[in-house]
Amino acid sequence: MSDQKKEIKTKEEKKKEEMILFLSKSEEKEAFLSKANRKLLTDPLDDNNPITVQVLGICSALAITVQLKPAIVMSLAVVFVMAMGNVVVSLMRNLVPNRIRIIVQLVVVASLVIIVDQVLKAFLYDVSKQLSIFIGLIITNCIIMGRLEAFALGNGPWKSFLDGIGNAAGYGVILIIVAFFRELLGSGKLLGFEILGHKGLTMAESTGLYALGYENNGFFLLSPMALIVVGLVIWYQRSRNRKLIEEN
Amino acid sequence: MDRNSNAYTFIFSIAMVLVVAVVLSFLATSLKPMQSKNVKQEKMQNILNTFVGDSLEVDGKKMELTRVLASEKFDEYIKNQYTLNYKGETVEGVEAFNINLATEIKKPVDEQNFPLYEAQYNGQSYFVIPLRGSGLWDAIWGYVALKQDLNTIEGVIFDHKGETAGLGAEITTDWFQERFKNEKIYDGNKIVGVEVKKGYSGGTDKSDHQVNAISGATITGDGVTNMMKERLSKYKPFFEKLKNSKLAIR
Repeated sequence: MSDQKKEIKTKEEKKKEEMILFLSKSEEKEAFLSKANRKLLTDPLDDNNPITVQVLGICSALAITVQLKPAIVMSLAVVFVMAMGNVVVSLMRNLVPNRIRIIVQLVVVASLVIIVDQVLKAFLYDVSKQLSIFIGLIITNCIIMGRLEAFALGNGPWKSFLDGIGNAAGYGVILIIVAFFRELLGSGKLLGFEILGHKGLTMAESTGLYALGYENNGFFLLSPMALIVVGLVIWYQRSRNRKLIEEN
Repeated sequence: MDRNSNAYTFIFSIAMVLVVAVVLSFLATSLKPMQSKNVKQEKMQNILNTFVGDSLEVDGKKMELTRVLASEKFDEYIKNQYTLNYKGETVEGVEAFNINLATEIKKPVDEQNFPLYEAQYNGQSYFVIPLRGSGLWDAIWGYVALKQDLNTIEGVIFDHKGETAGLGAEITTDWFQERFKNEKIYDGNKIVGVEVKKGYSGGTDKSDHQVNAISGATITGDGVTNMMKERLSKYKPFFEKLKNSKLAIR
């Protein structure tokens, strides 16, 4: 940095510049998977989970956790969009005008989602059918916007990539846990396989647990149960991880 | 250039929009042929699926009815394609396969074209009728194959645009579609279709025009009921003609 240039800039901008310099310098020195970088990956899985701790992305957690398979596919799609979105926004972070940064983020996420959708429709038609509306729903996932705004705009591409993977995985883990219980208890199946035996029209025709008079709990198929399961997960997580409990 | 100036903001947004527009339209146009091929093959697969089932025998080997296989076998099994009007007369010059029900269904009934496929498979004749209606969130559609008596259902296939996964979206599953097999669409002299009935207790009764619904998918189920009744009844004039002519016993 030449002194002449620095003089023109206001104090605030100087500070910003230094921050960026500092960040990019520290990035160069760090190993690819240093302790701090590993933390970016693992933190969102537990201590800073987007769903159970930050309570983001609840709406999609309600919509697609009736069965395990869509939940898994959705998690993978979010991993892709979030990692790519974070990298793209991070690469552009020194170019984006501050006043329209949210619009820029939306454009990036929406474009990525359209790309995923179009490519799937052309090459993996069956997967695209399986995902149907969920692909579009990724745009509305507040975790993605949240990470772009909170992390990618201030960090380098590699860190942002890890942060994206970590947060998407943290989101996916909860989705899969909730879907596991909802499909198992709601329809007695996992990934479409009849785990608890076959439910025939009468008790005599049934096998497994159903032959003993067990009934599926239809409440698990309805959206409120997703919230209740998420609540139970939060409860369990906080009883195990004491530092998550708020003081008051 | 100052990153917060108006000029920069304008230049940046214009450049961004241009780049995104070019990338996305290039992608969309270059992938379009592959996508339409998939959609066309899937339509063939769905039509064949209603009377062939999930797999068929080719040269003594059991093969899954994939999109590719369906597109190869389509012309072999589909003997005739009719385009009908509401009076049951054939319309010339409109190919049944190219009729887009989504736009057709919005026209007044006397202007609509009704596609119908006549199939021959394992020595049996089937008539395949495309369906379209609305579910809870968006369009639902499907195909139903009738046996030669024009009354008994050989098989159905349903699909949807955006029904809830695990609930309404279950209409695409085999176990739900299986319930329609051998159901009758005529009640006396009227086409009533098949009702998707909540809390159905008829077991495997095939003469009551009802099948068991999916829990949590009442509105999608009603959509299926309405779609079958509305679409199938439009073919009644043609069915009557067929029955009265020797054409039916081809």
